[in-house]
Amino acid sequence: MLNVSIYRYNPETDSEPYMQDVEVDTGGKDLMVLDVLELMKAADTSTVYRRSCREGVCGSDGMNINGKNGLACITPLSETLDGGNKLVLRPLPGLPVVRDLVVDMGLFYKQYEKVTPFLMNNTPAPAIERLQSPEEREKLDGLYECILCACCSTACPSFWWNPDRFIGPSGLLQAYRFLADSRDTGTDKRLADLDDPFSVFRCHGIQNCVSVCPKGLNPTKAIGHIRNMLLTSAT
Amino acid sequence: MVTSVTNLGRSGLSDWMIQRITGVILLAYTLFIAAVLFIVAPEFAEWKALFGQTWVKVFSLAAVLSVAAHAWIGLWCVSTDYLVTHVLTIKLGPAAGAQANLLRWCFQAAGAIVLFTYVVWGIQILWS
Repeated sequence: MLNVSIYRYNPETDSEPYMQDVEVDTGGKDLMVLDVLELMKAADTSTVYRRSCREGVCGSDGMNINGKNGLACITPLSETLDGGNKLVLRPLPGLPVVRDLVVDMGLFYKQYEKVTPFLMNNTPAPAIERLQSPEEREKLDGLYECILCACCSTACPSFWWNPDRFIGPSGLLQAYRFLADSRDTGTDKRLADLDDPFSVFRCHGIQNCVSVCPKGLNPTKAIGHIRNMLLTSAT
Repeated sequence: MVTSVTNLGRSGLSDWMIQRITGVILLAYTLFIAAVLFIVAPEFAEWKALFGQTWVKVFSLAAVLSVAAHAWIGLWCVSTDYLVTHVLTIKLGPAAGAQANLLRWCFQAAGAIVLFTYVVWGIQILWS
């Protein structure tokens, strides 16, 4: 039997959140954390969490698993338990809890919106498509794979303290994804929007984002690139 | 773009740059003073002679100004991380949260007074 401690909060009935201890029979299998949650939900239907694709593509089930943010669907018990028998599940830190493991991602999306996450190109559109060389396309590797699960931003203390001002690792990775795109002509505007003491420079390089990213991406490196671009474009 | 009025430079980039440059100056000064202390191990007369030289005074002044700039950027960061409405509301309650701006400005003003005093005092010591 696996000992699970899960964060419970229903604003309609609970005055404050609490940790509920539940024993789950995993049948001795090395399940994914999401499978454990499914077993728990079968036993207690009031357990609430987000999920969709169950294979690390949609980014819905980001949560704090034994103290580390990750996607429940691709985190095996063997990896997170590390020989122990206790699974502690909490919502992603730093965002308001809606219910149980579900957080309000509003602030996270607001920061994403700020980096204008779409191609800006003021040159006339070609007949078919804007071409990229394989080398230019390669620059987007390690950037475009982000699934916006919020594991990185909610593991970042700078984002905890300034979720309304600091764009956060996820948003900045996206910002660099468009700064690095050869088809984008909005570089000057993008950089001008980032050159304040909070948006980029609240990153102190502690790399929690790198350590938790379920897709193995490196937002700190992208932030370094943005900083270099700001430095190069400045007089 | 987030606007800010109390940070040192005009932009995040200039603050970042000032932080790095002053860091290098402080490292150089620390190594210089450490070398003087542990290798030369001067007596009072030698200290006096050393600080009688203009380049040592200028170097020391650069270090004093660097401390002030470096500390201002660092403390400003700390104050804008922790002394903000939502953090104080969670840690100390809504009453403290409502006063976050006032608390932060008081903290920053106290820091500014200390650092300004330090600079003036440093100049006075070096050129007295």
